[in-house]
Amino acid sequence: MPIKTIREVIGETLSAEMRRDHDVFLMGEDVAGGAGCSGEDDAFGGAFGTYKGMVGEFGRGRVIDTPISESAFIGAAGGAAATGMRPVVDLMFVDFIGVCFDQIFNQMAKFRYMFGGKSEAPVVILAMVGAGLRAGAQHSQMLHPMLTAVPGLKVVMPSNAYDTKGLLTSAIRDNDPVIVLLHKLLFEASCEVPDEDYQIPFGEAAFTRQGNDVTIVALSSMVHKANAVADKLAAQGIAADVIDPRTTSPLDEEAILESVEVSGRLVVVDEANERCSLAADISSLVADRGFSSLRSGIKKVTAPHTPVPFAPVLEDQYIPSEADIEAAVMAVLKP
Amino acid sequence: MASKNSKSNAPMSEAEMLASYRVMKTIREFEWRMIKEFEAGNIPGFIHSYDGQEAIATGVCRNLTDSDFIGSTHRGHGHCIAKGCAVPDMMKEIMARSTGLCNGKGGSMHIADFSKGMLGANAIVGGAPPLCVGAALTAKSKNTGAVSVSFTGDGASNQGTVFESMNLAVVLQLPAIFVYENNGYGEATSAAYAVGSKDIAGRAAAFGMPAVKVDGADFFAVHAVAKEAVDRGRNGGGPTAIEASITRFGGHFVGDPQLYRVDGEVETYREELNCLKNFIDRVCTEKWLTLKSLKIIDSEILKLLDAAVIGALAAPHPKPEDLFENVYKSY
Repeated sequence: MPIKTIREVIGETLSAEMRRDHDVFLMGEDVAGGAGCSGEDDAFGGAFGTYKGMVGEFGRGRVIDTPISESAFIGAAGGAAATGMRPVVDLMFVDFIGVCFDQIFNQMAKFRYMFGGKSEAPVVILAMVGAGLRAGAQHSQMLHPMLTAVPGLKVVMPSNAYDTKGLLTSAIRDNDPVIVLLHKLLFEASCEVPDEDYQIPFGEAAFTRQGNDVTIVALSSMVHKANAVADKLAAQGIAADVIDPRTTSPLDEEAILESVEVSGRLVVVDEANERCSLAADISSLVADRGFSSLRSGIKKVTAPHTPVPFAPVLEDQYIPSEADIEAAVMAVLKP
Repeated sequence: MASKNSKSNAPMSEAEMLASYRVMKTIREFEWRMIKEFEAGNIPGFIHSYDGQEAIATGVCRNLTDSDFIGSTHRGHGHCIAKGCAVPDMMKEIMARSTGLCNGKGGSMHIADFSKGMLGANAIVGGAPPLCVGAALTAKSKNTGAVSVSFTGDGASNQGTVFESMNLAVVLQLPAIFVYENNGYGEATSAAYAVGSKDIAGRAAAFGMPAVKVDGADFFAVHAVAKEAVDRGRNGGGPTAIEASITRFGGHFVGDPQLYRVDGEVETYREELNCLKNFIDRVCTEKWLTLKSLKIIDSEILKLLDAAVIGALAAPHPKPEDLFENVYKSY
């Protein structure tokens, strides 16, 4: 089976869906690049080159470069979706959601409910999340907690290339607005990915490691750190379940509760800021519905309640580390 | 448009004038009935009256078909009626009944009827223009020849979303029409204060599209400029902006005491900026229509509204399980 990176499968998946369904189109800032310029066309192909070559195949009518006007083009995606198209829009950095959030949470997320089920907005919004690129406070956030909190939105956070292809295919074929959050440190992460199309349903967690002693729930790039910790602990005779929910809305609550029922111990790892994070959400879920299974207190491993710092020494301190996860696991395992 | 009445020089057929009158008068009577039902406690929440602005929604929408799109505002009843939403179903929706246009989940500020191309009243000022640009993108992508009209007020004309939408419509050359209903007030603040340039059409023109001003109390004038804009959109000529000047007969919301307006202002405007009065004077003076034919329509509208209210009051409320319906297609 071919080995592909997340960056490669995004373009591959989107292109396949655009060939399959002519209502699907891509829109955003510099998704091609070079519009109206004297130099090279398709100069960017998306901020990370994810869409390179697509404008050549599909033309500028279906790979639409927009002005830097997130409210207009994210909102236009909602309006186009409500009238029969299936837009995929690239927000670039999720931090930019602040300038267009009304069009997401007040408009497209509410169409179906507010209009009595007679409207829908099959929009996919792609955005990059996460710290680690020394990109500073306005290009490094996670922000999935506030999106997960909005009824009407679905939120997808793949941690590997295989899941990215299956989840993105499902997102494009889904009839509700879906936010797909891609961690920028994972773009070059690779694994075996089939060429043929397949879907991964939303709300089905993946067990990336299996063991009965402790449950570690981790999201996005944190899955890889949790796996590394689980592998290290396995050598010491401690067996951990590592659960990657893959989607935070819907959330596979049963997978988490069933794992904790066996292990009795829970660590939740989330790169979001601690307050109202998915770590807090999942902790409350287990405290509410799995309390009798617990044999120790729950531990959260999150970013602190600070903006993302620029200085490398501070950013490294900000991002949850393998050592933080290991310490949390050891704490919940204490008799 | 050639008139079917060979004796007149009317700008449109007798049938079209009668139909337009019916829409305008239905909107006004609907809004007056809304006030009555609101004061009787039959309408939850709050409502915003379109009373006085009827010629704008009607003059624009009489140029549209069900395949064309409109987006509206918090003051949206008039746009709904002009775009063809069924009055009895609107009444049920505003009275929060499960058989309303949106199953009682929307209410006055969120009425939509996608089968009529009515993409929703919108409770966020400046919320609809980006959506309308998206509907125009659909029309262009699918090459349907449809146009998409965004109705906004003078208040929304100051929103960033509106500026962005106009620019995107020009950049992508979309069949979008930005109709600015300048009724002089954004809530309790004057447009003369809040619109820095005092010139909404001029500001729109600066984005690179044809922009015209029109007397919003003159149905025939609105209809004519809207026709030009619709033709331009259908023929691939890109977006247009229309600033229609009008006043607000009522307050921002029904129950607003309008302390910010001098005594007598509304009464004066009811004489001078009354689109229905203007219409009747014009069609009767020119002998395009008879007063008798209009009176027949008036009585039919009152019957329609009586029946709509009775029907809505008798309609079922949503059931508890409806709370959880239609959040997602699947979850």
